[in-house]
Amino acid sequence: MKFSLVVHSSPISQQSAATAFRFAKTALEAGHEIFRVFYYGDGVLVANSQIAPPQDEINLPEMWQALAKQYDIDLVVCIAAAVKRGVLDDNEAKRYEKDSANLVAGFELSGLGQLAEAIALSDRVITFGA
Amino acid sequence: MSDKKSILIINQSAPYASSKARESLDVALTCAIFEMPVSLLFMGDGVLQLLKGQQPEALQTKKHEAMLTALPMYDIDCLYVTSSDLKLHGLHSEDLAVPVNIVEQKQIASLIQQHDTVLTF
Repeated sequence: MKFSLVVHSSPISQQSAATAFRFAKTALEAGHEIFRVFYYGDGVLVANSQIAPPQDEINLPEMWQALAKQYDIDLVVCIAAAVKRGVLDDNEAKRYEKDSANLVAGFELSGLGQLAEAIALSDRVITFGA
Repeated sequence: MSDKKSILIINQSAPYASSKARESLDVALTCAIFEMPVSLLFMGDGVLQLLKGQQPEALQTKKHEAMLTALPMYDIDCLYVTSSDLKLHGLHSEDLAVPVNIVEQKQIASLIQQHDTVLTF
């Protein structure tokens, strides 16, 4: 089955952000496909490369990055939600005259159209953290 | 995008306590622009999004009610609210800013079944 996920929850303060990851990993290991993960609301914070969790806590940005690399998953971060939370790629950092970009490699900033497309092309869309 | 999947967006969040209500409408409008049929279901504190006479000026946020009234322009006409949640908040249909279909709790399962995709906010 082809899944897409919508992640609303902050990677730091909400368990559902980690639940989304475990769902994706389990589905992939069971032979399903993850077409796209769409990060929205505070979920976009997972793409902030400046996040530095303590050693004994999980590091969701790195975990998603590794999973996406292994299985070739599309990790799309809502650009409007990201920019207002300070998650910027090179283009947006330039556009808003910020010192530096901080988008984790492997994630991509894009618009809500990517969510509409994921809905159109996936068998199931599952929301985490609503 | 060849297939036009129908979408049910379930709104359970109060209008101004978080960014959820706003984000939900942004998704609804985007999907409508892609000509996907969108229905909205308001449950729990989400019913408060429908209230008439919202005055968010003091909060310096955009008026949710105004965005709701713009939905028909995007061909989003199917709004649902559960009667039990309206009752729980002491509300009646005349307290709502837009025309909404009032449904019973037990009809929610069939509403979900009628749509290809469900998103929750």
